[in-house]
Amino acid sequence: MTPDIAAILAIDGIASGAVYALVAIGTVLIFTVTRVIFIPFGDIAAFTALTLAALDAKQLPGTAALVAVLACLACAMESVALVRAGAARALPRAILCYLALPLIVVGIVWAAVKFDPPLPVRLVLTLMLITPIAPLLDRIVFRPIADGSVLLLLTVSVALHFALVGLGLMFFGPEGVRTEPLTSLSTEIGGITVSGQTVLILLAALLFSVLLFLFFDFTLIGKALRATAINRTGARLMGIRPARAGTIAYLLGSLMAGVSGILIAPVNTIFYDSGFLIGLKAFVGVIVGGMTSYPGAALGALGVGILESFASFESSTLKDVIVFSLLIPILLWLSFGAPHSDEEIEE
Amino acid sequence: MTGAQTRLVAAAAVLCLLIAPFWLNPFSVTLLNYIGIYALAAIGLALLTGVGGIISFGQAAFVGIAAYSTAWVSAANGYSPWLGLALAIVMTCAIAGILGFVTLRLQGHFLSLSTVAWGLAIYFLFGNIDGLGNYNGISNIPPIAIGSLLLTESWQIYLLIWGIVVAVLILCYNLLDSRVGRAMRALRGGNTLVESLGISAFRIKLLTFVLAAFLGALSGWLYAHLSRFISPGPFDAGMGIEYLMMAMVGGAGSVLGGVVGAAIVTLLKNSVQDYLPLIARGASGQLEIVAFSALFILFLQRARQGIVPFLAGFLPEPKLAVPQPAAALPRRAQPAPGKLLLKVDAVERRFGGLVAVNNVSFEVRAGEILGLIGPNGAGKSTIFNLLTGALRVNGGEIAFAGRPITHDPQCHIARAGVARTFQHVKLRPRMSLLDNVLLGTYARTRSGLLAGALRLDRAEEASARYAALCELQRVGLGEKPFELAGNLPLGNQRLLEIARALAADPALLVLDEPAAGLRRQEKLRLAELLRALRKDNLTILLVEHDMEFVMTLVDRIVVLDFGSKLCEGEPAAIRGDARVQEAYLGGVA
Repeated sequence: MTPDIAAILAIDGIASGAVYALVAIGTVLIFTVTRVIFIPFGDIAAFTALTLAALDAKQLPGTAALVAVLACLACAMESVALVRAGAARALPRAILCYLALPLIVVGIVWAAVKFDPPLPVRLVLTLMLITPIAPLLDRIVFRPIADGSVLLLLTVSVALHFALVGLGLMFFGPEGVRTEPLTSLSTEIGGITVSGQTVLILLAALLFSVLLFLFFDFTLIGKALRATAINRTGARLMGIRPARAGTIAYLLGSLMAGVSGILIAPVNTIFYDSGFLIGLKAFVGVIVGGMTSYPGAALGALGVGILESFASFESSTLKDVIVFSLLIPILLWLSFGAPHSDEEIEE
Repeated sequence: MTGAQTRLVAAAAVLCLLIAPFWLNPFSVTLLNYIGIYALAAIGLALLTGVGGIISFGQAAFVGIAAYSTAWVSAANGYSPWLGLALAIVMTCAIAGILGFVTLRLQGHFLSLSTVAWGLAIYFLFGNIDGLGNYNGISNIPPIAIGSLLLTESWQIYLLIWGIVVAVLILCYNLLDSRVGRAMRALRGGNTLVESLGISAFRIKLLTFVLAAFLGALSGWLYAHLSRFISPGPFDAGMGIEYLMMAMVGGAGSVLGGVVGAAIVTLLKNSVQDYLPLIARGASGQLEIVAFSALFILFLQRARQGIVPFLAGFLPEPKLAVPQPAAALPRRAQPAPGKLLLKVDAVERRFGGLVAVNNVSFEVRAGEILGLIGPNGAGKSTIFNLLTGALRVNGGEIAFAGRPITHDPQCHIARAGVARTFQHVKLRPRMSLLDNVLLGTYARTRSGLLAGALRLDRAEEASARYAALCELQRVGLGEKPFELAGNLPLGNQRLLEIARALAADPALLVLDEPAAGLRRQEKLRLAELLRALRKDNLTILLVEHDMEFVMTLVDRIVVLDFGSKLCEGEPAAIRGDARVQEAYLGGVA
């Protein structure tokens, strides 16, 4: 391996690592606020790519139907829950949030497809369509067991991922897509060509990390989210509703997954089931970063990207084996390094 | 239901299984074959997940390792499938041992996530090794032969599969009712208690993990020789979660649940494949997994306990035999009264910037009751955790019976003869009183996994059960030994903890607020019990807030305040000490 190749591999790795980092940051966000290890994040990133590809092809993306179905389900569940709790007065608001808003988004996309909108509009439409999915899934799947153990939530999360893969196949079909690059510019750094897409990916990752940092440190909602992450009961006593904080976390998180999906779509061919590996690799980064640290998760994800890039140079078939096997020594190191507090799960 | 009735029902079930292939159609027999094979893997997972509390998504990978091992031996190299079985078991258990050794120190969800990671890594490995046929798999796997008889007919291998399933069920039931099995059942709910009983939680976890993999290996071996063809597909992450689903739907706490779950999931899958095309034509493949995952999520939301425990609730209470007098377990030689037993020397413990225990020294002599008192937050429980090894010291030395134990792990200290109770009661609420106390005898007994599964441990078990019953009677809980510990009021739970500690036959009994939550009469009885124990040369160290209880019971008192030792002496002297009064009452008026 010459230094040139190493540099190219490193840049490739950093680019895909930055995409994983966005997903990883979203995963940490949701984990800290809701304790859910949201495995389907990668699926949402993949769905974003597929949605954008459909819009590029002037078709109504399958996501629209998915959002509509989820919205009906979520609205029905929320309505039943409200009526049972004797809070029928809150029904109009629930219908607005869980049914009307997502359907309006679907309607806008449906109307816009006919006018062949330019790329920036398509990007916005894609993100609009993708962001409601996770909050709706949260309402349908996780809200009924919000106080369950982390392990229960994880098991449900893994099951949910498989459901989404099936739905993905149903709504998007088996074909893989690769969208047009967002920019055709390229630049040369030290004799090595760096594509504009790579620069864009890095910029986006950086921008969103900074925005998230500002959001958490300087807005009241951000502080409420942090409070919920530290202590749910305490936050509740301060008038913060954990369910609402969860919804905000899911919205933000799916926005990040959406952005990463848009960024990765021109680089890799994305299939309906590509999300699992994206999500899991991001997740390896999250674990390396210690589950609750944003910079840690981002750095870990970058590391995974670089490792994957070099591994695929050595053996393209075994790259996934290498990435996932490497988690084991890392876990070992983590388990010997820091003494874990004993999570006592009394039944 | 008595034991004899249970055995009768079980025998009838086995008889039904035996004759089933002779009146069912071949398709049903094949289905039953697959159910049996999945059941083996699911039983392993039921042990790991339901009993041991370790959720694994990687069981399919172990099944796969075994299937590939035997396929490689028998199809690629032409040796006997029985040699394949040997290699399958060795490979699976060795890999499980290594993976377990590396990952089992991890906390709950980290551990589960690591199972996703290595499960995937192993799956990708199957698909990328040329010698194993890549994603095309290995075909022409020979059938199993017994002597010259080839098991090619469905019903022939049926008998082998279900014979193994029934044997595994019996062995697992025996195991769970033995010394090692109880330790496995105690894993759920945290390591601190388990370790405080002299059980190495890590060792038991590893044992459970390898056992689950072993059952996966049996399943994989049978699978390879039943389907005669393998590819990576049936061992992917999706199958991993399907096994988990089987174990949980059946009722993860019970081994029979593994069989029931495997049957339900397999039959359900089968009928989903039949009926889904009728509802949505042309979309069956993808709908199947959606429907399946949705059902699983619904199940986890609504009926987590699973089917077998749910149905067991309708059965008449099992009538269990009260332990009968048996040979006594060997007892520890207690140190001579007055001999130095525990020496705490300049011990320090910090939590970040907070110094919880600062330069505390005291000694405990054999045969005395020493009281540790102090206002809330004085560091009493922290000292207990330090000297039982539940927490590490930041400085200073602790010696027990003349041997330094400062850096010993908790279970070694427990085995050296320190038994304890906890300020926040730690019991296994779903285990009976007797089983909870039996946990205490773990360090005094020796029967291993195999002895337990094969019932070679009965003599020792009888002794341990009788000893446990005696300790229950000693604390006044001998009336209902089969009551669940979770049903006791708090005061009695504390007594149960004391019985469990006594069952370990300790040299030093460390009691953290034993009288909290007891009524006055119960307190008097407890004090009487502790005095009787002192008469038996047992040394007792206790923390207690009830001053009347402490002052009338203990020989000496050590007073702590803000993490430092204030003074020590006899109760009367402490009562008159101005510094103590100031610490408790905020200055002498």
